[in-house]
Amino acid sequence: MIKVQNVFKSFDSVGVLDDISFEFEQGKNNLIIGQSGSGKTVLLKSIVGLFEIDKGDILYDGASFSSMNLHQRRDIRKEIGMLFQGSALFDWATVEENVRFPLDMFTDMSDKEKSDRVNYCLERVNIEKAHKLLPSEISGGMQKRVAIARAISMKPKYLFCDEPNSGLDPKTSIVIDNLISSITKELNITTIINTHDMNTVTEFGDKILFIANGKKCWEGSKKTIFNSDNDELNQFVFASSVYQKFREQKHSDEK
Amino acid sequence: MIRYFYTSGEYFIFLAKVFSFNNKAKTFYSRLIDEIYALGIQSIGIVTVISAFIGAVITIQTAYNMENPILPDYLVGLATRDSLLLEFSSTIVALILAGKVGSNIASEVGTMRVTEQIDALEIMGVNSASFLVLPKIAAMVIFNPFLAVISMIVGISGGMCVAYLTDIMSFADYVNGIQYAFVPFYVTYSLIKTLFFGFIIASIPAFFGYNVKGGSLEVGRASTKAVVASVILILFVNLILTKIFLS
Repeated sequence: MIKVQNVFKSFDSVGVLDDISFEFEQGKNNLIIGQSGSGKTVLLKSIVGLFEIDKGDILYDGASFSSMNLHQRRDIRKEIGMLFQGSALFDWATVEENVRFPLDMFTDMSDKEKSDRVNYCLERVNIEKAHKLLPSEISGGMQKRVAIARAISMKPKYLFCDEPNSGLDPKTSIVIDNLISSITKELNITTIINTHDMNTVTEFGDKILFIANGKKCWEGSKKTIFNSDNDELNQFVFASSVYQKFREQKHSDEK
Repeated sequence: MIRYFYTSGEYFIFLAKVFSFNNKAKTFYSRLIDEIYALGIQSIGIVTVISAFIGAVITIQTAYNMENPILPDYLVGLATRDSLLLEFSSTIVALILAGKVGSNIASEVGTMRVTEQIDALEIMGVNSASFLVLPKIAAMVIFNPFLAVISMIVGISGGMCVAYLTDIMSFADYVNGIQYAFVPFYVTYSLIKTLFFGFIIASIPAFFGYNVKGGSLEVGRASTKAVVASVILILFVNLILTKIFLS
């Protein structure tokens, strides 16, 4: 479980996060949603320590991440898997080497054990016959899947996904969402997904944090998101004509 | 002025991070071999070509400017040798490498920064600065003296070719000149300089690349800044080292 307590963050005295508190639960798909520029990525990167927060605290299973030194943070980070918006695969390394990289860096596994683990992770994300290809030689969807394989290679306790569907077609987006969700349940890990994809929200939002202008505006789940009376959330959720029609249909059914 | 002090401070903090080695030795050696090939061995071609032509040109120009009958012809060989040993093979080759290798390092590290590959390393718990930059610095410090030696040999040979193929001077005088009043310390001095220059050529561009913020435009700007800063620093350090060793 990851707990965010009264987090503030600013850049050059411009406030980006304003008193955010939330609990991200283990074994659930925890979603951070909001418009572009609302502060989602800053919050995600603050949780993993890529940005230092100005005030507040971040607790990993009760341990304060904010007050840890560099070495303690590195130990926690070995339990973190992260899927970046642009995949962030190492372009000097093949698919196989990318997935193997954390194992080479942090384990004393034998070559065979590493190969078995790499093969398992790549099979888990349905990558076949691409082991020797470079990231530039595979599609965007495959890159995301390889990035997921790399993120889970060390059996992480926490999985962070920054806009996993960005730049993907709807069908591939669903594949990626399903993959993240099934891995979360299977490994019983704390997964935090940063997204503005409404399909992800309605299908996988076990727990949802909605932020607007750096402030926490609403929290709930996929079951309660359509029944909220929060104006800002409704503007976000029903921005698409598909969901507007859904709301109108729902209102007419209720009448 | 304050900005320069601030940037210098950031550079030393960056170096402290680079040298706080906490990655596996096996990984380091593997990357070191890759970097020696990419930064060193792949620079042999340009160093060889430039040194051969410069050696030849120094010989022709020196001969052209020494048409006084009082001055013996072998001085052309001596001047070519000392120009190459003292300045060209260490300093001028370092300036050339600052352009070739420096821009390569700045753009490679900068691109890794803007595509979040460095963030990915940090998230895994890897000391990204040490992992990426230390093998580059080590590779340049180790291989730069070899490049200087290659440059010396090829440059002197370039002059020798001119002496042999043209009638500006006799080949025997040139060979006599390059052996005349030879000071072995000049080679030592030159090689000591290459160690410092190798460090600058790798660390300054890596620093600019590592601290890129923004997109591809900023990577290009960082690359340019890195080359300019490296060139200025090489010239400055050259002045200091010359004063220390040759005064």
